[in-house]
Formats: sequence, structure tokens, C-alpha cells
Amino acid sequence: MFQIVRKEVLNPSVSLIEVAAPYIAKKAEPGQFIILRIDEAGERVPFTIADFDRDKGTVTVIFQIVGHTTERLNQLNQGDFLLDFVGPLGKASHFEDVKKVAVIGGGLGTAIAYPQAKKLHSMGAAVTMIQGFRNQDAVILQKECEAVSDRLFLMTDDGTGGEKGFVTDCLKKLLDAGETFDLVVAIGPLIMMKAVSELTRPYGIKTIVSMNPIMIDGTGMCGGCRVTVGGETKFACVDGPDFDGHLVDFDQAIRRSGMFRKEEHRCRMEGMANG
Amino acid sequence: MADMSPNKVPMPEQKPEIRNRNFQEVALGYTEEMAVAEANRCLNCKNPLCVNGCPVQVKIPEFIALVAQGRFEDAYHKIQETSSLPAVCGRVCPQENQCEKYCVRGKKGEPVAIGRLERFVADWYMANGKDKPKKPEPNGKKVAVVGAGPSGLTCAGDLAKLGYDVTVFEAFHTPGGVLVYGIPEFRLPKEIVKQEIEKLKELGVTVACNMVIGKVLSVDELLTEHGFEAVFIGTGAGLPGFLGIEGENLNGVYSANEFLTRINLMKAYRFPEYDTPIYMGKDVIVVGGGNVAMDAARSAKRLGAEHVRIVYRRSEEEMPARREEVHHAKEEGIELCVLSNPLKILGDENGWTVGMECEKMELGEPDSSGRRKPVPVADSAFIMDAQVVIIAIGQSPNPLIKDTTPDLATNERGCILVKDESGQTSKERVFAGGDAVTGAATVILAMGAGKSAAVAIDDLLKK
Repeated sequence: MFQIVRKEVLNPSVSLIEVAAPYIAKKAEPGQFIILRIDEAGERVPFTIADFDRDKGTVTVIFQIVGHTTERLNQLNQGDFLLDFVGPLGKASHFEDVKKVAVIGGGLGTAIAYPQAKKLHSMGAAVTMIQGFRNQDAVILQKECEAVSDRLFLMTDDGTGGEKGFVTDCLKKLLDAGETFDLVVAIGPLIMMKAVSELTRPYGIKTIVSMNPIMIDGTGMCGGCRVTVGGETKFACVDGPDFDGHLVDFDQAIRRSGMFRKEEHRCRMEGMANG
Repeated sequence: MADMSPNKVPMPEQKPEIRNRNFQEVALGYTEEMAVAEANRCLNCKNPLCVNGCPVQVKIPEFIALVAQGRFEDAYHKIQETSSLPAVCGRVCPQENQCEKYCVRGKKGEPVAIGRLERFVADWYMANGKDKPKKPEPNGKKVAVVGAGPSGLTCAGDLAKLGYDVTVFEAFHTPGGVLVYGIPEFRLPKEIVKQEIEKLKELGVTVACNMVIGKVLSVDELLTEHGFEAVFIGTGAGLPGFLGIEGENLNGVYSANEFLTRINLMKAYRFPEYDTPIYMGKDVIVVGGGNVAMDAARSAKRLGAEHVRIVYRRSEEEMPARREEVHHAKEEGIELCVLSNPLKILGDENGWTVGMECEKMELGEPDSSGRRKPVPVADSAFIMDAQVVIIAIGQSPNPLIKDTTPDLATNERGCILVKDESGQTSKERVFAGGDAVTGAATVILAMGAGKSAAVAIDDLLKK
């Protein structure tokens, strides 16, 4: 059993939990993920590690309430226990010789982009951060991101916070103005990561994306997390979750993310009827 | 005087048209009367050949003699002297290729139903047994076992009986390995596996779940920082193979591992009571001819698929699955589509599977496996409908341990190299066995490997 030692509501649909998991905290690196299961009837669901504290022995994940499991997860509070919590899984992000980087987080993706920015910042890279949200109410981790970046651009779809527009609008403006980057890290919805990758492709800027497909074990056993990268099938759980955005087949990834949509809907409906 | 009936006492079974709608066990097990009657068919040979056919050397004529006398509890303890998982072996061992293959009674008629009797004894003990296994005197030495599947559990049980302090590390949230994620409930009820593992815990074995060795701890850390004097690696063959054909990443295409894990470990067949979903179709194609393919096909049928086909490129003769499993599958309405080779999986404009294109094959000269090699028939392509395709063409060992243990030698297929049957690897104090060494094989062979490694580990550590 793994205790939730802290819970924080970041916005109406996004929460943070810090979980006591000393073995995982000792090994965790940015870019890796954990899989948790709430209780005996629960699904195994992957979450990218948002932060870790080796001294306290805790691992933090940030989740958005999007379905049955995240709704149930959000009903838990500080002091409650998760039945299973396993990791750190996947390959850690690998950065070398990065001098100037743009780290882009879309929505909940900001929670995963944050530890990457933190690591790059600590390595001495000049970090430009672009955060994108639906509206001002959805904004998360603004202060944290400010602390690990040299400058931060906030974008909202409706203009209620920061500047109106998408993260790609902001990046395009910078590139049009002649700014250069050795690396772009883009983490968020598949459609956003695709758009960023398309934008950087003609500039030849290396673009790293973080995939979060459906999976069960997270150790290479089920193959449910298959992603086509450069024409080859990769398993996001062991070969990723970071991949070269210019090589990922996003259209396929978007289709595959909907494989259980009908069943998930049924689960939610019957769950509500029962609950 | 032995009962000279040429046939085994038949095993009561659920009727095919009933069982292909539920996940309850197909075989219902012998009653006490049936068991005694079958036990009376054993000639109690002076030189029992059956025992040599058993990878863990179960004392077969001795336990059967006890069954014949109605001493079921004693029979259990006789089996347990050499086997840690009798209720499992009695169900999933390919006895026809092992103990029963060598039974003298098999020369004229059917061999003694050793597997059915083993299962009866184990089930009888679970329901009625009184004597608990004695916890052995601790010898103060710690051994780590990586992987709570058949080889690891056997190795752990044997070492615990010798007084070792054994911790089994399991990546999943439930111990059992292929016994819980792979083999379906209708062949091996998960409650049985759970009870077998409880008995190991009573012997003092610690099971640590949610521990992915190679990620959260390395083999070297187990040996140095955590004070284990030896490590046994029984991580199985969990990496699924794919065909490498067009359309394999369409929605509706599963590896057999994913399909079976959703159903067995995550209990998707009880969705939405359990949260894990499974996507099903009216027409299902399973590619492959082994036991895993049979399990996947029979599971698909139970989930309500109307038309389940097994596509296999050789003929039924060459199928590696147990005859009994092929027979059960056919009885349940699974269609065998043999001498057919998948060419591509067809999808609709939204990326969902709608069918599969195959070509006809014919058998040519024998290949390196000794089986006749299938060769394509010219211009024989044909298309079958399918909304779900399950790829069951084999598994190879997971590279997680290999990649994080640099001095552990493996072959080109990723199988861990061992010196001999001791399971000694290229790394000092590290042993391995089961599918991680052999590639995908059987539960009982893995148990045999776990057993001999336990002997080797004991030899090393008692020096």
C-alpha cells in the first residue's frame, strides 16, 4: 500500500498527489513514469512523474479528471492509500549539450514539461517556456515554471490569461523573429505535439515529445502502447516515453488512443448509475 | 490386483455449448470414488518409468498407491516432497508428453490418468487438508528470486524448505506470472494459484509485488546493498512477437499477451465490475497454433464473439498446442483455418480493423524444426472479416534485466545463457531458469529449472 502524503487541487479538473514510495523516489528521473492501481477492481494506469523527493521518499503525479479512474483517484485525499504504485518505468529523458531550449507544455502536459525544464535549467541551458491552457482557470504550475525558466510565455485559447492563441502561435512568432533553439521539448495533447513537430520540422530543430498511450504492464509485456516511430513499431513503455517528434506517426497514435473509448464510456455510465 | 480397464476414468467436464459462454473451469475434477477407481489402474511398477518423465520427479506410483487406499492427505504430502505447485501441474502439465507418455498401461489402451489424480489430490487437500507444512529452521541466509512465475515460485519454495530467507520480487501487482496473466481462469482458476502461493508464504517465503527489478533495483544492488547471497532470475518470456505485416497497429489488433492479461490478470471479462475494458468484435482471428493461441481463441468466444478463427500457416498436425486444447477449442466452436498465412490486416478509414488478407500454403520439405515447411500457393490470396485480430506467435524474454546487468550473458534471442542444469549464469551468485533461459516453453519445465537451481544455490551457499 502506498500512502498519499499530500494532495493539492491545482484547478477544478487537475489535482496533484504526492505519494510515499521511497524505492521509486530513489531512482526516478525526469521523463519516467509510474503505473498505479487504486484498488482491487482498478485499472493499471500510467502517469508521468511530475516530481520526486529522494530525501522524503516521495513521488508526485499530477492528473486531470478525464475518465473513470481519474475521477476515482480524485476522490482520495491526503492520508488515503493506493493499492499499487510501480516504477520508475520507461527511459529517463536524455539531454546533451543543450544551450538554448524551448520547453512547451500544453494543459496537463505542463506537469510533465516542468521536471524537464527543471533539469535543463539545472544543466545550465537557457530555458524558454511556453505554457498553453484553455483559459485562465485551467492554468497550473505557473510559479514553478517561472522559477526554472529564463522567460515564460503563457497562452490561453480564449485570451483570459496571458496572450490569446495556441502554444504554436507563440513558438512561430519567436522563430519568425529569428530566434534559434538547439532543442524543443513539447509535452501535451497528441494534437498539440503534432502541431509543434510540424512547425519545427522545416527549421530542422530537434523536437522531443512524450507519448502517454494506453498500456497495462509498463514493462514491454503487453505491446498495447505500440507507437510507429520512423516507420518502426516501438513500445512507448520501454523504448520511450520520449521520442523524436519528427518521426512519430501522430495520426496513428491519435486513433489508438481511442481504442477503448466506447467501453470507457460504458464504464462511466454504469459507474454513475451504481454510485 | 489392478483394474485392467483399458480406459481412464473419464473426467467430468462442462458441456461445450455451456462452457463457451462462461469462464468457469472446463474440467470439473474427479470425485473420491473416481480417483480411487483410477488409482487402481496403476500397476505400481518396480521400475516406474513415469517418474523419469516428470521434470520435478513426483513420486508417482507412491502417491497413487496412497490414493488407492483412500489416504488422500498422505498422498498430498508425498507429491509435495518434490513439487511446490501440484494443483497447477495437475491442470496445465502436458502429461501426454511426460509422465503418462512412459506409463506401461499406455501400451495397451490409455495410460493411468496421473495428471487428473494429481489434481484431485491437490484439490482434496485444499478443501480438507489439516496438517500445515512445518516452517523450517532458518539458516540465516538470504536469497532473492526475480519473478513470481512457475520457476521462481518453485525455486523459492524449495529454498524455503531448506531454511533460506527467500524474497520473491514480482513486477506485477499479483504473484503467479504466466499462471495469473496468461493461462485463463477456465483452465486454471486464479483462486487455486493464490492458494498455492499462500502455502509458500506459510513456508516463510516473502513476496514483494510492484517491484520491477532492472528499474527500481538492479541485480547488483540486490547482491550488494540488500544482502542477498544469491539471486535466481525467473523472469519468463514476456516480450510479445508481432508479424511485422501491414495493419498491425490498427485499433482492434492485440498481442495475445495484452488480450489475455486484460482478461485474466485485470479481469476485463467482469467489466464494468472491474475497471479494465476490452474491445471485442463479432469476428475474431487469432494468429498462431500454440496453447496461447487456443487460450486466446477460447477466451474470445467466451466474451461473446460469434465467429472465432485460428489462422495457422502449417497444418493441424504441426500445431504446437496440446491435442487436448485443440480438441477443446474445436468442441467450443472455434474454426481452425490452417495452411493460411496472414499477409496484411485491413482497416477502415478511421483506423479500425475490418479484416485480414491471407494466402493459402502447402507443405513442402521438412525445415530445421523437423516439421514440413509451409510454402505459399501462387495467387491464393483471400480475405476474411475480423474486427479483432490477436497475434499469438510466441514470446521472447524481456530485456529489462539483461540491459541493466552488463555482465549477464545472453544469446541473440535475448535468452540468458546458463552453464548447465544448475542454472548458473555468467555472473557469480546469479542463477536463472524457466522461459528466461529457454524461450517460451511449459510451466513444468520452468518448475524443473527452478528446482535444480535451488539445489545448486544450496550447494553454493552451504559451503
